[in-house]
Amino acid sequence: MQAEEKFTPETWPASPEKSTLEAKNKFLGFWLFLGGETVLFATLFATYLALKDKVPGTDHALAKDLFEMPLVFLMTMILLTSSLTSVYAMYHMKNFDFKKMQLWLGITVLLGFAFLGLEIYEFNHYVHEFHHTFTSSAFGSAFYTLVGFHGAHVAFGLAWFITLMVRNSKRGLDLYTAPKFYVASLYWHFIDVVWVFIFTVVYLMGMVG
Amino acid sequence: MSTYAQKKGVGAVIWDYLTTVDHKKIAILYLIAGGFFFLLGGLEAMFIRIQLAIPNNNFVSAGLYNEILTMHGTTMIFLAAMPLLFAFMNAVMPLQIGARDVAFPFLNSLGFWLFFFGGIFLNLSWFLGGAPDAGWTSYASLSLASEGHGIDFYALGLQIAGFGTLIGGINFLVTIINMRAPGMTYMRMPLFTWSTFVASALILFAFPPLTIGVFFLTFDRMFGANFFDHTMGGNTIIWEHLFWIFGHPEVYILILPSFGIFSEIFATFSRKRLFGYSSMVFATVLIGFLGFMVWAHHMFTTGLGPIANAIFAVATMAIAVPTGIKIFNWIFTMWGGSIKFTTPMLYAVAFIPSFVMGGVTGVMLGAAAADYQYHDTYFVVAHFHYVIVGGVVFALLAGTHFYWPKMFGTMLNELLGKITFWLFLIGFHLTFFIQHFLGLIGMPRRIFTFLPGQGLETGNLISTIGAFLMAVATIVLLVNIVITSVKNVKVGNDPWGDGRTLEWALPSPPPFYNFKQLPLVRGLDPYWIEKMNGNKEMTPAEPIGDIHMPNNSFIPFMISLGLFIAAFGVMYRVDHAWGLPVLIAGLAITFGSMMVRSIKDDHGYHIHKEDLLEDEDKGVKA
Repeated sequence: MQAEEKFTPETWPASPEKSTLEAKNKFLGFWLFLGGETVLFATLFATYLALKDKVPGTDHALAKDLFEMPLVFLMTMILLTSSLTSVYAMYHMKNFDFKKMQLWLGITVLLGFAFLGLEIYEFNHYVHEFHHTFTSSAFGSAFYTLVGFHGAHVAFGLAWFITLMVRNSKRGLDLYTAPKFYVASLYWHFIDVVWVFIFTVVYLMGMVG
Repeated sequence: MSTYAQKKGVGAVIWDYLTTVDHKKIAILYLIAGGFFFLLGGLEAMFIRIQLAIPNNNFVSAGLYNEILTMHGTTMIFLAAMPLLFAFMNAVMPLQIGARDVAFPFLNSLGFWLFFFGGIFLNLSWFLGGAPDAGWTSYASLSLASEGHGIDFYALGLQIAGFGTLIGGINFLVTIINMRAPGMTYMRMPLFTWSTFVASALILFAFPPLTIGVFFLTFDRMFGANFFDHTMGGNTIIWEHLFWIFGHPEVYILILPSFGIFSEIFATFSRKRLFGYSSMVFATVLIGFLGFMVWAHHMFTTGLGPIANAIFAVATMAIAVPTGIKIFNWIFTMWGGSIKFTTPMLYAVAFIPSFVMGGVTGVMLGAAAADYQYHDTYFVVAHFHYVIVGGVVFALLAGTHFYWPKMFGTMLNELLGKITFWLFLIGFHLTFFIQHFLGLIGMPRRIFTFLPGQGLETGNLISTIGAFLMAVATIVLLVNIVITSVKNVKVGNDPWGDGRTLEWALPSPPPFYNFKQLPLVRGLDPYWIEKMNGNKEMTPAEPIGDIHMPNNSFIPFMISLGLFIAAFGVMYRVDHAWGLPVLIAGLAITFGSMMVRSIKDDHGYHIHKEDLLEDEDKGVKA
């Protein structure tokens, strides 16, 4: 199958994300990249756990003082939902329904921005209400690095989705573009999984002390 | 004449190499850049040995000595040994599995340029206020206290180069999994390909901890973070853990491909199938796995406690078992073989006792209780030079002679090669054997001078003489390369006459599309099988057809250049107002180039069947 070939819903293959050698390579290479990313975040988690609540004086805010359930729960729900909407987008991609795929990707992007906005609000809140900053303590450095790395991944994922959606808005799906969308959605799921761990390890474990 | 086989001017050749995505040309780039850094690291080694030749020497100052020592280690590991191995992986591995290129030719080029700019950035520190001076391990408390920008050069340079290595690792993994020729099952892959595979997996899982560790160091030094500052709640041991979680697999990233090169050489010049092929594969994978379990043996004296030390000591000694399997297999490969002592084979034979000596001292150091005595002495220096020079550098020199005809189409002179070998072998043992004893009688590592009358004079002088022999050997090798390149006597497919694997079935150097028709692999050592069946070349697995090729691209160079510029911005942001704009401009170049890559379609092009047939008629070897 040629990458530039035109398709109809009838001729569209079952797994367009891995129907050419290039796509197969991209698919596998991206999974391996996510393996490396897993180690990267594991390292950040380990460091966070080692430096949690490690502050220079008694007047510094600790994890149990900082985190509040409602905001974090809302962020978690938004990001989990965005993962679901990206699944819908991939469902329509597999059915060769470009318009619906774009629609669901658009919703995913909106949810992503909502998450990112709340995270910025959250960081701002910690800095101004609690003087918990990147430089105030080792705890602060570890917290902002771990959660900030995740936030940067979200921002990169959003830029990626938007670039793909704009670039391909005219020409739609073929075996050259379908793997690009698929890999971006894999990335989005990965970000979501990492957040589940952040929610558990940073926030839930932080709130119970 | 077909469209792609035209004679080019110098400018066009340079542009071609700046934009190439061909794995064979990228291999040459890695060989040149890695070779350059090898000479630089070697020069630094000579300065170290000259300074230590006599007691109370003042050839270099104490501060400069620290910088030279740090840069010697960092350069040799990150900028010489790994890129040189990448050169052979790029040159040979795709040919060995019967592929037309690697899975991601664009990323292959990106990986090279990231490494190159990272290396250049690191070495510019010499001219911009002083090199890093906290040792290649750059332990956090020491490196945070280091003044000037030396450590910043270390952190940012390694970060950029590390991205390149990670990209290369993923690329090789996908290539080996997805792009093997018909019939090339996993258990028919040559050992060099297998070791590339395992080393790439190690890169994938070992480099992220380094990335993060170096980020922490960057944040602490340049952005006011407190990861390693205990007065702010930080913990300096975190750096040690992260560095060695990367650092120990790193030594296997170096030694496994070296084992691979030697496995090819032993089989080729014993004219025998590699003894115990499946146990060799098993041992390679097992070493790779265990390599992640032993990092704390670098930290026995840090104070992790007797339980942790005992566990890591046992795990460390366990690695001796698969390594022993390999040693015996190599010996048994030679046993009963019809051995030809070519230059690569001499290195291979000399490697066995040299490496085993390094292994024995490794087990000694692995005994945690005894390590308290050896720790931070020249005994450790002797140990790791025995494994890294006796293992990796011997393999690089052997590989250079062995694969030179495949990469450049002409043979290095055997007489000069053997002179290089003997000088290097004698020089190596002269330099490092005596250092075991220097260490045992108490000479500490990393000191810039020593006092007379403590029994250290003779040993150090002998060691320095040995280093000079190795330097002469390297010069002979360079002379050999120049003479060979000037003479440029072209050789055929299989210049050693005993090639076993697929790369020797191709012309030297191979055409840019490697295989006109993908070969059918009928077993281990496929080319040998065909030769034994009286065939001149491989049986094709497909009819001649159009070949899909990737386009050249300048974008990898631009992405890497952007990070190179951004790194200056990060570093000088602290002192100068122009730092921040430079940082932003650099990142803009990088992300802008990535965006261009993403938006502009690049479908590559096809070599048409008619052109391939035409080449065949005229006997053109592209």
